[in-house]
Amino acid sequence: MSLLTLENLSVTFGKFRAVDNISYSVKEGEVLGIVGESGSGKSVSSLSVMGLIDYPGEVSADNLSFADQDLLSMPEKQRRKITGSDIAMIFQDPMTSLNPCFTVGYQIIEALKTHDGGNKKVLRARALELLNLVGIPAPESRMNAYPHQLSGGMSQRVMIAIAIACNPKLLIADEPTTALDVTIQAQIIDLLIDLQKQKQMGLVLITHDLALVAEVAHRVVVMYAGQIVESGPANEVFSTPRHPYTQALLASLPESASGKARLEALPGVVPGQYDRPQGCLLSPRCPYATDHCRHVAPDSQGSLERQVKCHTPLDAQGRPAA
Amino acid sequence: MFQFIFRRLSLVIPTFIGITLLTFTLIRLIPGDPIEVMAGERGVSAERHAELSAQLGFDQPLYIQYFNYVSGVLQGDLGNSLVTREPVLSEFLALFPATIELTFCAAIFAILVGLPAGIIAAVKRGTLFDHSVMTFSLTGYSMPVFWWALLLMLIFSVNLGWTPVSGRIDVVYWIDNVTGFMLIDSILSGEEGAFSSAASHLILPSIVLGTIPMAVIARMTRSSMLEVLSEDYIRTARAKGIAPWRVIVIHALRNALIPVITVIGLQVGILLSGAILTETVFAWPGIGKWLIESIGRRDYPVVQGGILIVATIIIVVNLLVDIAYGIVNPRIRHSR
Repeated sequence: MSLLTLENLSVTFGKFRAVDNISYSVKEGEVLGIVGESGSGKSVSSLSVMGLIDYPGEVSADNLSFADQDLLSMPEKQRRKITGSDIAMIFQDPMTSLNPCFTVGYQIIEALKTHDGGNKKVLRARALELLNLVGIPAPESRMNAYPHQLSGGMSQRVMIAIAIACNPKLLIADEPTTALDVTIQAQIIDLLIDLQKQKQMGLVLITHDLALVAEVAHRVVVMYAGQIVESGPANEVFSTPRHPYTQALLASLPESASGKARLEALPGVVPGQYDRPQGCLLSPRCPYATDHCRHVAPDSQGSLERQVKCHTPLDAQGRPAA
Repeated sequence: MFQFIFRRLSLVIPTFIGITLLTFTLIRLIPGDPIEVMAGERGVSAERHAELSAQLGFDQPLYIQYFNYVSGVLQGDLGNSLVTREPVLSEFLALFPATIELTFCAAIFAILVGLPAGIIAAVKRGTLFDHSVMTFSLTGYSMPVFWWALLLMLIFSVNLGWTPVSGRIDVVYWIDNVTGFMLIDSILSGEEGAFSSAASHLILPSIVLGTIPMAVIARMTRSSMLEVLSEDYIRTARAKGIAPWRVIVIHALRNALIPVITVIGLQVGILLSGAILTETVFAWPGIGKWLIESIGRRDYPVVQGGILIVATIIIVVNLLVDIAYGIVNPRIRHSR
């Protein structure tokens, strides 16, 4: 059964569409990787799932539901009961994501108290348990520590503890390791994947790291300029990308460039608010673009299981279909 | 924390030297001398002038006078007023409660109005409320105090007759000076209507004196809140699913208050040193009025002593602010 379903979700800021008609779903216990360049709408789409898009941002969708409950039509108060308990999120920069004025213990207990309640002693015991679970040494003394006394890796572990405090069914991790040291990155990802398996959570992993997605994700969504250009089972998308953008992303990996003097790169940048091309958004950068591509925007082809947004999807050999 | 306080206190010594030196020199740079002011239009003969000079020690070289002054201060003696012959300290202590009372009420007014206005303006930024708060606070900040005082007096005291014009209490009451605070003394006196008379005398001066601090607090709170509300940890708090008021009051305000506390402290320090214009317009017998009059009389000991006490108060208030800062902000508390 699908846990989270998005159908034609858009997020607009005034005239600018940060997220443009995207559809995907996450099943229970599934790891979904969302990849794409900076500014492609990865974070904004997940913030809209959390209900954290502020004015002037507007969220609209044919369907945005979690466990068969419509998130958009439910009252604010009811939605807050889901946010932070059934759906939780961890963010990119752990050092600034914890409130500097409160102790670690307070911030974990606050999450527990908001959704589950309970007396002080029970809450404290559960917070300690959580700190243990996320691998923080000497949790007893860390309870009274302030965020500025923690390293980045420790802070992210605390963020994870807060996120999993109420046993969420879905965890959204928005570039959880981008701000961390390379050595710590692996530890945090291992921890997340362990917890995901232990608790059978759905996990949405937003990242730039294609290798990581290839390794841990069941399914992958590739975003470009607010749109989903390709999605499908991770191994299929990575072995036989059907969208030129996915192909270019994979080609830009250092692994694909062995023996070459320079890494492959796609010239140009993601279009912003004022330079959106007319037809396919990738057309100015796409090596295969035709006149048709430059004038008519492509529709998504295929099922929700394996969709591609291209007039001429690539075949198994990586060449555009005629 | 003790180390922190001790370190702050050690900075007080050079500050004191600077203040005594400055006031001692500056007051003597103003043309005219105390003896001539005392003599008034009648003038004073050269012999009498020399006699008085010798009596008051003004005939000695300046560095000796300064040395005598400082050694007196170190023994707790600020000297006597040249005009009243009373010790400076006891004159100050007699007038200070009036200033404290006024400062306290003005600060309460400024905080009670400025803080919520700033918070709401930040939360509802861009709305009519926000723009009104910002316009009013800018107006309040830039309005001349004496004009604002006269305007309020004209409307509320003269035209509407709601509040008394000036003074601390109605002349029909004779209140024993117990604590020096009219609000408390009027209750202690047991006279009917005395307290409400004292309170009504405080309303306009408090509003006038509190207007600038209120404007400063409102603007500071707003900008500080706006900054904090866009922080990542506010997003984290909202992602926990806690109620919006809790996000604002618990998570945002606590952080936003850090700079606001500094501003409040500085403003209160300034108010305590005497509100010259407000006290003069409302005939409020406080420190500001006392100091300005003593400058007019070239009453050297009062000016020197009064400014020294006022400076001490500002230093103490700032120290208290720093301590409060440490309580609110754990990053300061733990740093060495």
